[in-house]
Amino acid sequence: MKSIFYYLIFPGFIFSATIGLLAGWFDRKLTARLQWRMGPPWHQNFTDILKLLGKEVIVPQGTKLTFLLSPYLGLIAAVLVSTSLGRSIISPLESFGGDLIVIFYLLAIPAVALIIGASSSRNPLASVGVSREIKLLLAYELPLILSIITIVIKCKGALQIGQIIQQQMIFGSNVFSFSGALAFIVAIFCMQAKLGIGLFDIAEADQEIMGGTLIEYSGLPLAIFKLTKAVMLYTVPLFIIILFLGKDLGPIFLIAKYLMLLVIMTLIKNTNPRLRIDQVLRFFWRIPTILGVIAVILAIFGK
Amino acid sequence: MNIIKRAFTKSIWVFHMSVGSCNNCDIEALDCFTPRHDLERFGIQLIGSARHADALLITGAMNKKAVVRMKKVYEQVPKPCVVIACGICALSQHMFKDSYNVAEPLDKILPVDLYIPGCPPKPEAIIDGIVKLVDKVNKANR
Repeated sequence: MKSIFYYLIFPGFIFSATIGLLAGWFDRKLTARLQWRMGPPWHQNFTDILKLLGKEVIVPQGTKLTFLLSPYLGLIAAVLVSTSLGRSIISPLESFGGDLIVIFYLLAIPAVALIIGASSSRNPLASVGVSREIKLLLAYELPLILSIITIVIKCKGALQIGQIIQQQMIFGSNVFSFSGALAFIVAIFCMQAKLGIGLFDIAEADQEIMGGTLIEYSGLPLAIFKLTKAVMLYTVPLFIIILFLGKDLGPIFLIAKYLMLLVIMTLIKNTNPRLRIDQVLRFFWRIPTILGVIAVILAIFGK
Repeated sequence: MNIIKRAFTKSIWVFHMSVGSCNNCDIEALDCFTPRHDLERFGIQLIGSARHADALLITGAMNKKAVVRMKKVYEQVPKPCVVIACGICALSQHMFKDSYNVAEPLDKILPVDLYIPGCPPKPEAIIDGIVKLVDKVNKANR
């Protein structure tokens, strides 16, 4: 019973979706204020989801099962990550050893769900979006792994989220060292690519390929994809905070750190144009990868 | 169900479609999303895919070739959706009436919910029309 409560309500689905939708509104409002506009009211993202529930669901010919089930796959994985991270903050040593690796793999599943669902819709523009999503996944996974390895080395080989938090409580946040700072910069770029916003909004480019991977979705499945995005917008920054800024994880400090990451992301999004997919590959496999390797070497020598 | 119907009027996603217009209506429609008029404060967004749309904003004088495509797009939009005729060309074909390459006015082809006259209509006129449409939908729900 308790784990169902955790999964569905408090650190899990309802809590993370609410925070994620509010964060999405914060992003939209800040964007609007930066462009000298008024921006939407605070309940706008909730209204969008509610409205999508009332719309007709159109299914392309012949691929019903994959098309309708893949949104749930992504949502389940994202909620699992948010539950696990939330419980780790509340009671650090509750989970099992090696959950860092499990969480890292689960964070890739929403992208995989998007790839499966979009490619089963048989739309040419969706297939363009799918190929871009796959390339994006290949581009950002390597630097992200390198920055996580840096943290693992710095925490003396701890592969459990709770141990990483405790290590930082004793020795201070990982970001306040040379290797930690380098890995943090790499992780911020990877976070934006994982969320698909700003510079890396290439798989879903609304102006260019008309929604890309989401082009054939309508009604309830689209609402679930939007919810998955909201949960990811809560989860991925939280993951970065736990890995790099894990000294004080009280509610006020946590909210302040989360808002700081959101503001950084929104500012980067509003001051830079979207990249092409070849530019993204070139960018990720040069600068962040080299920075990540340097961070790993520095971490080995204890800097 | 009532709350879902109310949500429909608070977040209208618009698919913009030009059926042989001179681009003036298109420019004015895009003007509604600039900082001065900012339709996003009412939750209205321009959207890329017809599958996500709640409203079809149609401008232009109904070319015979474009009308076929327009019907296809209308079939692809998930219902419920509203159709907005923007500009006097879409309403009554204006000076292209009886021309050899135009079909019929829009409301003889699709069920139109909102007429916005003008050549081109001002952004203020478009916003006024949308407010009236929202009132109409709210009254029909009550």
